Amino acid sequence: MTAFRSPAGGRIDRSKPIRFTFDGRQMHGHAGDTLASALLANGVHLVGRSFKYHRPRGIVSAGAEEPNALVTIDRGGGRETPNLRATQVELHEGLVARSQNRFPGLRFDIGGINNAFSRFLGAGFYYKTFMGPRALGGTKLWARLFEPAIRRAAGLGRAPAGPDPDCYANRFAHCEVLVIGGGEAGLAEALRRSEDPACRVILCDEQAEFGGWMLVEAPERADEMVEALSARPNVTLLPRSQAFGAYAQNFVAIAQQLADPLALSDPELPRERLWQVRAGEVVLASGAIERPLVFPDNDRPGILLAGAAETYLRRYGVLPGRKIAILTACDTAYGAAFALQDAGAEIVAIAETRTAQGASEIAARAVARGIPVLPGMTIVGTTGHLRVSGVQLGRIRPDGAAEPSGGFTADTVLMSGGWTPSIHLFSQTKGKLRWEEGLGAYLPATPAPGQTIRVIGAAAGEMPPEMRSPAIGALPAPGSPDKVKAFVDFQNDVTARDLRLATREGFRAIEHVKRYTTTGMATDQGKTSNLNALGIIAAETGRSVPEIGLTTFRAPYTPVTFGLFAGQARGDLFDPVRRTPMHDWAERNGAVFEDVGAWKRAHYFLPRRPVDAAASGHAAMHEAVQAECRKVREAVGLFDASTLGKIEVVGPDAAEFLERAYVNPVRSLAVGRCRYALLLNEAGFIIDDGIIARLAEDRFHVTTTTSGAARVFGMFEDYLQTEWPDLKVWQTSVTEHWAVMAVQGPRARDIIADLVEGIDLSNAAFPHMAVREGRIAGMPCRLFRVSFTGELGYEINVPAGLALPLWERLAERAAEFGGGPYGTEAMHVLRAEKGHIIVGQDTDGTMTPDDMGLGWAIGKKKPDFIGKRGLMRPDLVAPGRKQLVGLVAEDRSRVLEEGAQIVPDSLAPAGTHALGHVTSAYFSAALGHGIALAVVEDGRNRVGQVLHIPMERETIAVRVVEPVFLDPEGTRLHG
Amino acid sequence: MVDGFVDTPRFRLIEAPPLARFVLRAPDAALKAAGKAYGLALPEGLNQGASHGERGKPGARVALHLGPDEWWLIVPEAEGPEVAAALEAALASHPHSLVEVSHRQVGFVLEGEGAAALLNAGCPLDFSEQAFPPGMATRSLFHRVGLMIWRMAPGLFRLEIDRTLAPYFVTALAEAAKDHS
Amino acid sequence: MLLIRCPWCGMDRPEIEFRHAGAAHITRPGPPDRVSDEEWAAFLYLRDNPKGRVAERWRHVHGCGRFFNAVRDTVTDVFVVTYRAGEPRPPESAPPETLPPETRP
Ligand SMILES: [Zn+2]
Repeated sequence: MTAFRSPAGGRIDRSKPIRFTFDGRQMHGHAGDTLASALLANGVHLVGRSFKYHRPRGIVSAGAEEPNALVTIDRGGGRETPNLRATQVELHEGLVARSQNRFPGLRFDIGGINNAFSRFLGAGFYYKTFMGPRALGGTKLWARLFEPAIRRAAGLGRAPAGPDPDCYANRFAHCEVLVIGGGEAGLAEALRRSEDPACRVILCDEQAEFGGWMLVEAPERADEMVEALSARPNVTLLPRSQAFGAYAQNFVAIAQQLADPLALSDPELPRERLWQVRAGEVVLASGAIERPLVFPDNDRPGILLAGAAETYLRRYGVLPGRKIAILTACDTAYGAAFALQDAGAEIVAIAETRTAQGASEIAARAVARGIPVLPGMTIVGTTGHLRVSGVQLGRIRPDGAAEPSGGFTADTVLMSGGWTPSIHLFSQTKGKLRWEEGLGAYLPATPAPGQTIRVIGAAAGEMPPEMRSPAIGALPAPGSPDKVKAFVDFQNDVTARDLRLATREGFRAIEHVKRYTTTGMATDQGKTSNLNALGIIAAETGRSVPEIGLTTFRAPYTPVTFGLFAGQARGDLFDPVRRTPMHDWAERNGAVFEDVGAWKRAHYFLPRRPVDAAASGHAAMHEAVQAECRKVREAVGLFDASTLGKIEVVGPDAAEFLERAYVNPVRSLAVGRCRYALLLNEAGFIIDDGIIARLAEDRFHVTTTTSGAARVFGMFEDYLQTEWPDLKVWQTSVTEHWAVMAVQGPRARDIIADLVEGIDLSNAAFPHMAVREGRIAGMPCRLFRVSFTGELGYEINVPAGLALPLWERLAERAAEFGGGPYGTEAMHVLRAEKGHIIVGQDTDGTMTPDDMGLGWAIGKKKPDFIGKRGLMRPDLVAPGRKQLVGLVAEDRSRVLEEGAQIVPDSLAPAGTHALGHVTSAYFSAALGHGIALAVVEDGRNRVGQVLHIPMERETIAVRVVEPVFLDPEGTRLHG
Repeated sequence: MVDGFVDTPRFRLIEAPPLARFVLRAPDAALKAAGKAYGLALPEGLNQGASHGERGKPGARVALHLGPDEWWLIVPEAEGPEVAAALEAALASHPHSLVEVSHRQVGFVLEGEGAAALLNAGCPLDFSEQAFPPGMATRSLFHRVGLMIWRMAPGLFRLEIDRTLAPYFVTALAEAAKDHS
Repeated sequence: MLLIRCPWCGMDRPEIEFRHAGAAHITRPGPPDRVSDEEWAAFLYLRDNPKGRVAERWRHVHGCGRFFNAVRDTVTDVFVVTYRAGEPRPPESAPPETLPPETRP
């Protein structure tokens, strides 16, 4: 039996001892313990160092509101979670817990020196100090040297450095009633509402056991209620589940801890589960939190809330101490006193801040038990360092000041400032609150529009008389109030002095005071500190609490792991990856992939795996791309174009729609023919391009860029539904239905000829820019005679699920002819040699068709098309716009850098206006020199000029040329 | 691709055999003629599915009403061309669009008493039988990908997912299934 | 996550199924040769950004696929009403300040 375990009682299983370590020290507790109750059973109060001053701190509470006892739990293998509240950590065999924010150890902590300098670490310390005092070398030196050291010393636990090995799950759930809080009120509500079997009820509670305060007072009744609920199929019970965020329309986020983590047999199973619950009605039964009292040195280990002490004793069978002094403004502390006395502790005194309370019935009962009750008394100081050792009392004078009045030795001090309803979640939903003077607290008043939320039980202020106390603010202390440290916010180390200082410095709005002093920030979210802070500011500024306002409660109510938010979205499931039917083939054949949107595209092929790292770098890529380009120009290349967007546009008005959508004339397009088409936005700028193919009078096959596919489809849908709903035409995405193989090169016809059925491939019957439907290798196909390379070329569309065998066959044949596959990089080089633009690379959202030398594509007689009016804007027809040109460096071997700026003179000073920039640059295997595309002001009139590209170490002279570098007559297209 | 991947006593994911799929876009006036030619009346209510025959077996017909003027028609693979021809003939006098999308998406069956709960791991819809009764069919989302969900019976769902997104869906569903073991 | 009522599906559906599509009731002026530069610039770029009720276009992109209009309150995020594209803005969705005081929400 551990030192402070009571011989009997409580909910713990005394037959099941559990070993655990705290800061390396072996201890034991029992099944049913929390880490906090087990530590107290071992006589350990000191569990941490405070945030700013590194003051020794002990366990204050027994629940989610715990501000001090933040620990790191290490479950091995990188499974490390900082900042867990020891009051919420269930004890399990082998648990490893560590204290935080101390070096080298908890009992001796170097950071404790901050306490000595606390005069300089007060309100607004960060704002005042991090500006960088000049005496310490100015902002720069300060930022580099001192600030990091101070920031390191002030902090919570350390975030784990490695990846999180745990799994997290997500569930969306719907119910008629969500009850938050499984105390007496919540259990009763869940029981009542679930009587209707059609009413789905979800009940969640942060603790492992339902019952709340009933687990202290009437555990058998709690068990009965839970049993009754468990038997109902329409009830979902969520233990260990913290409702941490409440949002619009009754949407609540709940973090559920899944069982005892070390007991998990399979590390693949989730450790936590996020519930996203949509409820018909939210019933908030979150209870109330006991308020600490603000007196000098109220933060020593061994000073805790009276209700927490009673919980530890009656629920966990743990005595927090043997010699106990009590300071209270609320009758519930008497219950704790009596229970502790019955368990063998000595209650040295009950100091009553309420002067009139000495004559009350409950005080008389205390006196009858031999407990001295001292009305009109407060604590003006405590002694002890790592554990409280005594209290100095002070009599509260009628004028409100305090004068010293003796003291007691004590190993434990209990405090009770009354109970604050937990309205955080109600407030998160933007519900209106009202101030209740008699409780010293805000209560829920009106739900926000669209919210069906009801607050019941103690959270609604429905409390028995003994829980009601209006006391908030700081208690009086003799001498200068600026000399004492009476903590308001334990977690953020904010004292009454800090708050007074802030108001004296002119901060009057509570939101400003909060940010200036950090009170109620971080994980505390004002659970224990809010109302005392308000009380102090009210007293200091002579205003009422409602006049000061209330800070916004923000989600999460308690901290939530990042893993829970990420859920499954990590690794392979971080984002969907789209692969073409030929992907695995490409991978087997040495493809190096690049990401284009969600797609993986073969960038280039390394036929033999590189033997050393150097060979896999830029040189190997260059060599591969050059070889792929040569194959296309000299024999035949095979390119996977499946990622292109494909839209089938069908209906009697199909031609009319496309005529209005694209710049090109479409109605005049003959069945069986294709057209290169440009798509603008209404501003007149190019946003996409592709091929329009007419399969029948009322049926078109339209392609888009890979990355523009979804955008173009959505834009067309917009025009079809909202702009031209009178048109009888529909579009269907067929991107995923068709796999596309581009066969390009002088031998292209040779490798497909005998596979194609029903299509005459002769130039006369099937010319450039024609389309036919037929069969290839026995499967249906749409065959396009198109070329992005300038070579004789086809694009074969076949159903995606049938594509791979055909591709493999074509690859074999290409190899026989000295050809092979090529990737997107070679495709880019080949099209640049022909001066074909890539939308998004050579255009940047400010380019018109004419800028790109594509003015010919516009149907001049069309009355309207998307972007037509935009193209008439003065800026778009003004002379001097940037135009697409070719560039060749005077040193022809040079490959320019994409994005490089272009200026007129070789010695242009910095700041010279740039004429334009390089948009594409490659080494052309076919030409044997570097080529580039660029946009240059008035570029077409500059052909023949020499311009300059200033780089970091040199200036490169370039000659402006026509953007078509190869075969300007287009003879190669015909094979 | 997926058999055995998600397979517990509470739910099972099965990949559908190859099927012929069409998207029919047509005004209400064409529905009667289309239904007659198709051999199954097209459901008039939006987000409704209808079927007859056994999945993949000769003569099986599925019609899903997924947009105000949009129906998905799913038939055995071999019957695709004849179904398309019959519909085109019957709808000649109605403006319409019939497009084959057989390979655009992959079909799955998710069945078992835990199927709805499993879908709720990534889909935010309410799968109670009041909110999503058998017969309902709609597009929605599962985590990051869109999908079509058609509830044929309380514990029987037909799903259709874009071809390239299906691997993500299956992996995500398998990952979610760990939370339901 | 908000619920948005799709006027086509007739159902409240989760927000992530929808995509916002800009201000509603903006008419594309035309024909092009009869539209002034100022009129076109206003169509392209000028939008109101009111505090309170605003009419927006949304698309049930992961559902029935339809565009529709919605009046949303930019302060409370509440969807006041949704209606099909092409329909006029329902009078009851007018900005509260234009309503008689006793009927303001
Ligand atoms: Zn809809």
